[in-house]
Order: sequence, then C-alpha cells, then structure tokens
Amino acid sequence: MQFTKNSLNLDAAQETERIVKFLQTNMRQTMRRGAVVGISGGIDSAVVLALAVKAFGPQRVVAIMMPDKDSDSLSEKLARELAAKYGVEPIMENITGALEGYNCYQRRDEAVKRVVPEFDAAKGYKSKIVLPPDLLDGGTLNVFSVTVVRPDGSELNKPLPARDMLQIVAASNLKQRTRMSTLYYHAECRQFAVIGTANKNEHAQGFFVKYGDGGVDIQPIAHLFKTQIYQLAKHLGVPEGIQTRPPTTDTYSAPQSQEEFFYRLPFEQMDLMWLALESGVSADEAAKVVGLEPVKVQRAYDDITRKQRTTDFLRLLPPMLEAPKTSI
Amino acid sequence: MTDKTASQDIEAPIRNFIATHLLYSNEGFTYPDDASLLREGIIDSLGVVELVEFLQAKFNVKVEQAEVRPDNFDSVAKMAAYVRKKTTVAA
Repeated sequence: MQFTKNSLNLDAAQETERIVKFLQTNMRQTMRRGAVVGISGGIDSAVVLALAVKAFGPQRVVAIMMPDKDSDSLSEKLARELAAKYGVEPIMENITGALEGYNCYQRRDEAVKRVVPEFDAAKGYKSKIVLPPDLLDGGTLNVFSVTVVRPDGSELNKPLPARDMLQIVAASNLKQRTRMSTLYYHAECRQFAVIGTANKNEHAQGFFVKYGDGGVDIQPIAHLFKTQIYQLAKHLGVPEGIQTRPPTTDTYSAPQSQEEFFYRLPFEQMDLMWLALESGVSADEAAKVVGLEPVKVQRAYDDITRKQRTTDFLRLLPPMLEAPKTSI
Repeated sequence: MTDKTASQDIEAPIRNFIATHLLYSNEGFTYPDDASLLREGIIDSLGVVELVEFLQAKFNVKVEQAEVRPDNFDSVAKMAAYVRKKTTVAA
C-alpha cells in the first residue's frame, strides 16, 4: 500500500456498520439499555448521535444539551436541528448554575486578571488561552498565552505564567466534569450508557479532560481521525450547518478554535501527516505527498509524538498493586 | 571570568533547577547536558514554561515567544547556549 493524499479515505457505510455492531455488542455485554449522548452542535457528537440511533433506535437514545453562559447560541440551534433530524427529543441542562456553585468563572477570571490587570468580565471583557500559530514555520513549543478581548473588540495577548495557566485550565475543566456528572445522572436514571464523542485526534493527543469528556462508558469514534469523522457525517446525513461549522472549543468566554487552543494545524493537514507518522513514512516521503518541506513535516511529527507521550496518564486506568502474597 | 567559570555559572543552575523543581530528584540531574529533554520525556510543556520563567528570573533575559523552540530549550546545553547568546559573558 502506498501513502497518498487519499490514504485517509474510508468506506463510510462499512465503518458505520462496524461501529453500530460494536455499540450493540457492548450494550448487551454490559446490560445497558440505551445510550445517553451529550450533543454540542459539533460534528463529533452529531456523528455519535446518528450512530447511536442507528444502533438502538430513537426511543432508546437520550440527547442532552449542556450549554453554559459562555456557549455560542449557535451551538444550541444546531444541536436541536440535529436531534430533530434523528427523531430524538433533546433535554436542555444549562450548567451555568452548577459552574457558579463551583466558582468556575471567578477562579478562571481571577487568574486572567493577575496577568492582565485591566481584565473585567463584568464590563464585558472576554478571554481565551491560545498556543502559538507557527508550529510548522517556527517550530515553537506548546506554550500558552492569554488573549483578552476588550468590549470594543480590540485584543491584547500576553504570555501566561505557569501558575496562572494551570488555574485557568483547572477552572475551565470544571465545565467538562460538570457535563460528565449530568450525563451520568440521566444515564443512571435509565440504566443507559454514556457514549463518548471523542475522535482520535482528541483521544490520542490528550485533548480531553480526565473524568470530564473522557469519563464515558464507551468510545465509538475514538479510533477515527477528524477527517474521517467528516466522511461519516456526510454518509449519515448530519445537517449541513454542522458539517460546515469550523470546530470550536466553545469553552472560553472568547470564541476559540480548536486549532488555536491545541492542535496548531488544520485537521486536513495534520491527519494526513499523522497517518504517515503512524505508518512509518519518513518525513521526506510524507513531504512529497502533503506538499510541505520535510523540516515542517518533522515538526508536526515531533509535536504529535510529544502530545501523545505527555498525555499518556489521561488514558491510563488508575494503577494499583497486586494482592499481597498469602498462605493460600 | 574564564570560559570554565562561565560554563559552570549557566549549566549548573539549569541542571539544579530541573532536578529539584521538575524531577523532584535528590540525586541531582543525572542526564548528560546534551540529552533531549523532550524526546527523553524529562520535561513536558509545563516544564518548558517553568524553564522559561526560570531563565528569565535567574539570568535576567527576556524570552520571546518565537524563541521557545527545541533548538533553544531542548537540552541543558542548548539552554545555556541560548542564555549566552542573549547575555554578555566576559571572557
């Protein structure tokens, strides 16, 4: 087999059937009676909802929308359109109150204000954390800075010290963990399973929150590149608005793409290079296919490898010791 | 100040910082100065941020975002060379 621009193409119908069987088999084995899916208005949860309905029928699938006050209103609109398409009545669970109870916003904004003293959420300032955009050209490492958007729309970007970065991320992670709790409430009321919506890019590179969006019962699409998720979405008839929406984190108060927050590369480019890396294709050979200089491909290879290695702990079960020896 | 002293003045504090604050080691920094901190899994991205902060505070250098690259930060030797480029060391 040769590495080409089309190497990521999959047989969407065949893959759909494989995933549906996987879901059905697992449900039988675990004696779960249906599926709970958190729908965000994004492509991954859209594909998972479609697969769940195919596997179990709409009566055995529950779709939960969980926005908070920072969420884009487009997310709810698209989520409702998605649920209607597959015959599922969505449940709205706004998590703002729960997050305020955790002091999520106050803890996050306090750290932002330490770095940018003029920042004031009450006056309409918004914020997000971003990685440098020059992974391929500059080869820079994954060091966050904070971008503050003033009420007049102007932006200010400053380097983010370690302590403040950790606090901002820890506070923001409360969102994903609150969503996990909400999904499990609905699942346990019905003896349903919580279906994960992570794709391979998220799962393997560690772009998820431990016991947040990573806290699920089964991961039906975590083996698929983002590029392949789009192929499935087209096959499954996911609403056009979701298929064409740029991936967003929809997490911080300022709009933030997944590319600027984590991946630093467009998916179409990253997925092909990542497949090449996994397949043992050298950077020189991959460069000819993707149309980049070998040094840039090597930078992408190194970044993907580092992210996978440094996030291994997210994917591990908690380690434990073997039982002590006994006289038996 | 001799070259040897200059070498000890920069590499040694960097080694000590990594050993104490990133590896939590009582045995000091046991890797060679040219060991790839990233490839060997000695530091992660948080470690990079903390090293940036350390170099700025210890050696009074301003680290620009564009300079946070493996060729400046991936080993004790590379960080020391980077600091020397950014500062004046009397021969």
